[in-house]
Amino acid sequence: MELVQIQRRLVDYTKSLFMEGFLDAQFLQLQQLQDDSNPDFVFEVVSLFFEDFEKLLNELTIALDQPNVDFKKLDSHVHQLKGSSSSIGAQRVKNACIAFRNYCDVQNIEGCLTCLQQVKQECYLVKNKFETLFRLEQQIMASGGSVPTIELGF
Amino acid sequence: MDSCNCIEPQWPPDDLLMKYQYISDFFIALAYFSIPLELIYFVKKSAVFPYRWVLVQFGAFIVLCGATHLINLWTFTMHTRTVAMVMTTAKVFTAVVSCATALMLVHIIPDLLSVKTRELFLKNKAAELDREMGLIRTQEETGRHVRMLTHEIRSTLDRHTILKTTLVELGRTLALEECALWMPTRTGLELQLSYTLRQQNPVGYTVPIHLPVINQVFSSSHAVKISPNCPVARIRPAGKYMPGEVVAVRVPLLHLSNFQINDWPELSTKRYALMVLMLPSDSARQWHVHELELVEVVADQVAVALSHAAILEESMRARDLLMEQNVALDLARREAETAIRARNDFLAVMNHEMRTPMHAIIALSSLLQETELTPEQRLMVETILKSSNLLSTLINDVLDLSRLEDGSLQLDLGTFNLFAVFREVLNLIKPIASVKKLHVSLNLAPDLPEYAIGDEKRLMQTILNVVGNAVKFSKEGSISITAIVAKSELLRDSRTPEFFPVPSDNHFYLRVQVKDSGVGISPQDIPKLFTKFAQTQSTATRNSGGSGLGLAICKRFVNLMEGHIWIESDGLGKGCTAIFMVKLGIPERLNEPKLPFMPKVPTNHGPTAFPGLKVLVMDENGVSRMVTKGLLVHLGCDVTMVSSSEECLHVVSHEHKVVFMDVCVPGMDGYEVAIRINEKFTKRHERPIIVALTGNTDKVTKENCMRVGMDGVILKPVSLDKMRSVLTELLEHRVLFEAI
Repeated sequence: MELVQIQRRLVDYTKSLFMEGFLDAQFLQLQQLQDDSNPDFVFEVVSLFFEDFEKLLNELTIALDQPNVDFKKLDSHVHQLKGSSSSIGAQRVKNACIAFRNYCDVQNIEGCLTCLQQVKQECYLVKNKFETLFRLEQQIMASGGSVPTIELGF
Repeated sequence: MDSCNCIEPQWPPDDLLMKYQYISDFFIALAYFSIPLELIYFVKKSAVFPYRWVLVQFGAFIVLCGATHLINLWTFTMHTRTVAMVMTTAKVFTAVVSCATALMLVHIIPDLLSVKTRELFLKNKAAELDREMGLIRTQEETGRHVRMLTHEIRSTLDRHTILKTTLVELGRTLALEECALWMPTRTGLELQLSYTLRQQNPVGYTVPIHLPVINQVFSSSHAVKISPNCPVARIRPAGKYMPGEVVAVRVPLLHLSNFQINDWPELSTKRYALMVLMLPSDSARQWHVHELELVEVVADQVAVALSHAAILEESMRARDLLMEQNVALDLARREAETAIRARNDFLAVMNHEMRTPMHAIIALSSLLQETELTPEQRLMVETILKSSNLLSTLINDVLDLSRLEDGSLQLDLGTFNLFAVFREVLNLIKPIASVKKLHVSLNLAPDLPEYAIGDEKRLMQTILNVVGNAVKFSKEGSISITAIVAKSELLRDSRTPEFFPVPSDNHFYLRVQVKDSGVGISPQDIPKLFTKFAQTQSTATRNSGGSGLGLAICKRFVNLMEGHIWIESDGLGKGCTAIFMVKLGIPERLNEPKLPFMPKVPTNHGPTAFPGLKVLVMDENGVSRMVTKGLLVHLGCDVTMVSSSEECLHVVSHEHKVVFMDVCVPGMDGYEVAIRINEKFTKRHERPIIVALTGNTDKVTKENCMRVGMDGVILKPVSLDKMRSVLTELLEHRVLFEAI
């Protein structure tokens, strides 16, 4: 495929992610921090996030399986997840975490379980999106081009 | 013939007459001797006989009489002188005793007679007492019946039971054939048969209430005998010979309003029920007085019991009503609370949702400013930035307004440059004014202090809003803004008599007047100006947009600043003047303001990189840590990362210039670390600058950070720009508290 076409496709795809609310401005910040001295910054951060996420998901599932749910622990885990997701700009995950925390506050187990499912879903969704994004970037790099900077005209 | 002292009787003894006399004398003597014997015998037998002496006397009298007659027997034949002597003696004695007895009897017979009288008197008295006792007994019976009836009646508060029991008990007590109660209907024009004794389900006979017999009964408080033929009494099956007597009595139906506090209820009530009692037919019974009294008393008791039942019904109804109202109020309160919560949730969410794209716009615009731009483009980008800041302010306004109304808004007091505020307003308004070809002039009084203590942001908001309105509603002409220090003569404005400002050494009153030559406002619209969402309907303003919130918010801010705002206008087309006065503090020392606020728009001064700046980052969250590190590395810092407080304390040294720590992680006490770092480095110039990163936008966090000795607080998320200015500010001033 033509380099220009791939580039355009990347731009469109990224724009669509912003439109759909998967990503927010923080992600752009991350991209800004990526430069020649730090070429894979975004990729590293995102991978770290998903590693963290798997661990936290495990912890959360275990915590919610207990007969006496420790809401404090639950809350701290979700807080972590929220922090991580907001740092990379995964907006929908962050929102799901906020809802999760609300249910933790009122100690509503049903709500927590629902939210857990939602968080999981959102995470996997955004993981998919990221994978597509990175694949496109790799294709561009492989073709010798440079990843275009996004101009977002809202 | 002997010469004996014999006395010859006058008559020959053989004469027939003499013989008869002889026999009679004999019997007289016999009788006279036997009478005292009888007397003695019977007197001995009787227990009481008060006149023994009389008896003795009488006995003696009789005995002597008998003796006389006995001796007389010897005188019929020849008898001696002795016999004659004895005879004479006997006769003399007899005479004496008889006379004595006769005299005695004169005394005794009246006594004996009076005994008889007393006996008769006592017998009469006994009869009378008997009669009285009979009366008392009946009265006591009646009383007992009444008490029992009353007890029965009053032992229930149910109206139906009361009436039924009354009839039953009365019927039993008085052995009535029939007993009926007629109650007035709702209209009050008829009496309806409500309860009877014998018939179980009385059919609803009605009788008009204004019959003469009924009036007669109602007008008297006594039981009245009525004719068995009158309509109220004609409820028995016919076919008896002689209907028994009928009595009717009124039963007052008391209403709650009849009971005064001090007096017994006046029976001025018009409503009575009628109780009709019928004696059994074919009996010769009559109504006795005590029975009538019983009936009257019972009627009164029934009235009282009924009124009690009525009061009880009333109070239960009131209580039910109250309970219903309570439930309704509770529901309404819960609904209101739900509504408030929903509104707050909505506001919070909207706030967040609105901030996010705003954030994107502001961030990207600031990024755009970094790039290569033509001067035109730069101007456009700056305008975009300014507009988005205004929009961000508007979003804050909406949140503020709701907080203002809850009363939870507090002013952010601080020292600020008053002149700068006015200049900023002027700068913001100049572009729009020049487009509309309006001339804007600013006059600051010479004695206006340059620095003041107050809420800079909200003061600017207020001035901007007022001036903005002036510009909005003027198509042409000029706008003049005047700011002076209000003196005491001017403080009492005749137009605002309820506003009494009192200046003191620490405070002054800033009076700002904005005069425009625009469309003006008609006098009747002026009071509505400060109400939320209300706009005047003149055609010129309909297209100007705006939410109508501005002046309402201004008024609240001005009130919070202990001031007053009002608008004067001479009428439509004659322009208007907005004046407000607010209370501001006078700063003591003008050289070292305590906590300078970072302006909302980050300026682009300072170095773009901080080469070699040693920085320590403490964050438990790996991703977040990496992002912060990335930011700092991009800015050229030498970053060390730690993920726990122990590690942080271990690693921190005087080489690190800045320490960034995340304090919004629950469970890890960033504050504790700050305190320990403070302890570790005693000399201030050796200590690294400690800055907290937090996602919490509340004052508590900020206060906590200040309390433990941190030098700054920044709100996450941090953009590149923000980090750059933060570092600049920190290294210059060693202190930074972001306006939260």
